[in-house]
Amino acid sequence: MGQYVIRRVLLLIPTLLLVALITFVLALSAPGSPFDKNPDKPLSEEDQARLNEIYGLNKPIYEQFAIYIANAAKLDFGVSIVRHRPVVEIIGDGLPKSAQLGVQAMLVGLLIALPLGIVSALKQNSIIDYISVGVATIGTTIPSFVIGILLIYIFGVSLHWLPFVGWGESCGPIPSCEIRKMILPTFILALAPAGYLTRITRASMLEAIRQDFVRTARSKGLGEGAVIVGHALRNALIPVVTIIGPATAGLIVGTFFIEYIFSIPGSGREYIRAINSRDYPVIMGTTLLYAFFIAGANLLVDVAYGLVDPRIKVGK
Amino acid sequence: MAQNLLEVQDLYTQFFTRDGVVRAVDGVSFHVEAGETLGIVGESGCGKSVTALSLMRLIPQPPGKIVKGSIMFDGADVLKMDDDEVRGIRGNNIAMIFQDPMTSLNPVLTISRQISEALELHLKMDKSEARKRTIELLDLVGIPSAKKRADDYPHQFSGGMRQRVMIAMALSCNPKLILADEPTTALDVTIQAQILDLLKNLAREFRTAFILITHDLGVVAGMTQRIHVMYGGKIVEKADTAELFANPKMPYTWGLLRSIPRLDEKRKAKLVPIEGLPPDLIAPPPGCRFEPRCQYRRDICHEKEPPLEHIPNSKPDHEARCWGTQEGGWLVDTDWRKEIGDMAVLEVIKQEVAQLPPEPKPGDVPPPPAAI
Amino acid sequence: MATVTTPVGTQQRSADLNVLRAKQRSLWVDAWNRLRRNKAAMVGLVIVALACLIAATAQWIAPYDPFDQTPSNNLREPIWGNQQYVDPAHPFGTDTLGRDILSRLIYSSRISILIGFVPAGVVFLIGVTIGMIAGYAGGRTDNILMRFTDAIYAFPDLLFLIIIMTSLRETGIGQLVGGLLLMFLAIAVVNWIGVARLTRGQVLSLKEREFVEAARATGATPARIMTKHLFPNALAPLIVQTAFAVPTYILYEAGLSFLGVGIRPPIPTWGSMLNEGFLVFSTTPWPVLLPSFCISIIMLAFTFIGDGLRDALDPRMKL
Repeated sequence: MGQYVIRRVLLLIPTLLLVALITFVLALSAPGSPFDKNPDKPLSEEDQARLNEIYGLNKPIYEQFAIYIANAAKLDFGVSIVRHRPVVEIIGDGLPKSAQLGVQAMLVGLLIALPLGIVSALKQNSIIDYISVGVATIGTTIPSFVIGILLIYIFGVSLHWLPFVGWGESCGPIPSCEIRKMILPTFILALAPAGYLTRITRASMLEAIRQDFVRTARSKGLGEGAVIVGHALRNALIPVVTIIGPATAGLIVGTFFIEYIFSIPGSGREYIRAINSRDYPVIMGTTLLYAFFIAGANLLVDVAYGLVDPRIKVGK
Repeated sequence: MAQNLLEVQDLYTQFFTRDGVVRAVDGVSFHVEAGETLGIVGESGCGKSVTALSLMRLIPQPPGKIVKGSIMFDGADVLKMDDDEVRGIRGNNIAMIFQDPMTSLNPVLTISRQISEALELHLKMDKSEARKRTIELLDLVGIPSAKKRADDYPHQFSGGMRQRVMIAMALSCNPKLILADEPTTALDVTIQAQILDLLKNLAREFRTAFILITHDLGVVAGMTQRIHVMYGGKIVEKADTAELFANPKMPYTWGLLRSIPRLDEKRKAKLVPIEGLPPDLIAPPPGCRFEPRCQYRRDICHEKEPPLEHIPNSKPDHEARCWGTQEGGWLVDTDWRKEIGDMAVLEVIKQEVAQLPPEPKPGDVPPPPAAI
Repeated sequence: MATVTTPVGTQQRSADLNVLRAKQRSLWVDAWNRLRRNKAAMVGLVIVALACLIAATAQWIAPYDPFDQTPSNNLREPIWGNQQYVDPAHPFGTDTLGRDILSRLIYSSRISILIGFVPAGVVFLIGVTIGMIAGYAGGRTDNILMRFTDAIYAFPDLLFLIIIMTSLRETGIGQLVGGLLLMFLAIAVVNWIGVARLTRGQVLSLKEREFVEAARATGATPARIMTKHLFPNALAPLIVQTAFAVPTYILYEAGLSFLGVGIRPPIPTWGSMLNEGFLVFSTTPWPVLLPSFCISIIMLAFTFIGDGLRDALDPRMKL
């Protein structure tokens, strides 16, 4: 088990390097100099040359890459071209909000998906079953930003029930506004993970209750409760754990859209701004950081999976 | 006369599917005395497993249903009990050993936990008592280093060991009757012998009644006192074990015995398999169910179903379901070892099988896809 | 009581033998029948067919030129909207630059259909080829492929797409058709891996089967084995995977265009219509809601088809 974990941690490094390499190469392939972003004040030849010198853009690519990686390891991702602040700071400002949003969404998603998936597997073709299939379909089919816009319109604009601009900021004298502002974004972001988690839970539960060992448990005279929870559920939840890894990746991407729509000052929105203004240092830094988080989440999930499934924990 | 431990009368179990109603168990009656081992023999799909599951009411409710009959266990009708009473019996008075120990054991629970469950539930033992008893049981069934192994998981055991664990689980609450459904089919031949020996010894030591279900006549030969042969959802022959092998009275049984290679036969003697396929249990034929594959058949076999009756030239409780071997039939004096029946009919059967649309070859079936 | 009757004649009585055997049909016909019974899938097929039709005949059915700007006539409400701002000449309203929304919606279907099917086809070809070779050859080739793909497999596609689209927008390729070609390439590059891995998995399990051994014994070349034997048997899950890939790509385009890194204006796509409409959301919701409906409907249609295909081709897959 320990070996397995170490191997996976080591696998992180080539993965991140590969991602960094791809991002780096692409960033450098973008035509034009990274400095002539402002068409109103074009830089003179000497100024460009000087800047190139300072930023080391004259060195061969592999050297630039090596320098970049070395710096990245120290969390120095350079300075934003547009905002003129260190990339780390910019990301650091937005990260807590994005993290909060993401974690909340994941929890809400699980809270919806697990009970729904389990009950619908046990009571097939009931109302709950239809609801769960509905949630699964909507969550996995219709993109979050589309639903987001629809729901903003219904709850925010038409009904004025839920304010939606700004995140966790107060609306003056109205109490609980901070919390209410978080409802829509969290819920909408949670829909996609809720969708496929419901689907996986339901499928996994359906499969579990058809297993032979469930029949064995019944043949011992155990009550339905003990059979379902003690035997079926414990097996059914294992695949669900593994899905949380990819779900995290999906959540991160989701935050781009949600933060954009709701004007939430998180790192996702920063990322989109950087993309639209070709702020490569920010783009690369954020990409690397996200890659690190995603790989880390997958690693954690794999480890958790190993702990939860005795076939892996106590290998033969 | 002492009451029988188990008395099954007229049991009908059916499955309601989209293609029709499958009459899996179609009028089965038998009994088991305390302490005796009964063998139920038949090919796949004949209803033997469904019979066993029906005894414990483990038939999945949709799509299955026990539509008729009575199952008297220890004087009480299992089919009339409510759910709690049935659960009180399961694992406690009647226990079951399933065919595939790998899938029948829960992979994420220790075997100690899986055995203790029944002990804590039925015998109301606390954790330490249950654990002690569990280790005793594991010892009893021949698991070495039982104390250490009790906390292992099923995947850490070999096939034979897993089946021993299942046996330990079945024995745990000292049941009066154990149903063993193909207990050795999934195991190697050498391990089979060990497991069967174990079962025999346990039966003797604890005077537990067994119903041993298998398709393998060799398995029942050394283990049982009586044998029932099932075909097409019905019992087609009942006899004491020795009597069945010495003096079988039903063409299906003859077919079974003929398809077993024997050490004492001449090398050139050919194995005569039973041609044809098992009957369709959704629309069973009106006559004898074995008739389409029987080379001794006559018109009456196609028209009317024979009852299960005592037959001439045999022991008193020997019954068979065959027009030919019953009183006045044309097979009463047939020596089945010498007369293989009408070979022309055999050819007809072979041709009929050849006429059927081909079964899908392994290459035609898309394999189950990997998770997407 | 039994009577002695004459032995049976040699009539054929195949009806007595297992009738269920007779119900086996060809597997694909079987699957098609199952699909037909799935009402949701059928509805989905109709919708997709309709979308393709609209895309193909856009020039003739769209009332206006989608690029035709009339800035003075902007932000008109659709007929059912705020009556003060309705312009009856534009039943679905106009956008911020005065372009007819209905026409833009119709023309957008082209992009969506194209972005759904074209990369899917390319990805299928590349992925299957590589996957087959890797799976069949095994050994080093296989290993290299797996190592390489393992590293990036878990990484979200959209992130890669964003980066590619951002960096290469201004290149030659990036300029073509407002970035459509670049998007095709980007999607293909990012997604062939999934297809390759699935194919490889299938091939690995199939190549041990007897029918492959038999083919080899009769002297079939690896190429022939791969095309005539392995491929048809591996097909079912690949079809399902592709069926789900198509709406995913449509979604990518919508998302990318929404964020501003997709197909560049003035080419109409539902995603960029969302982007533009969002900016004026508080004034009028319709420029955003209408393309939202279009996206939702097409996505649902494809998803139902995908689910239906999956159930039809292997009812054992419960996911």
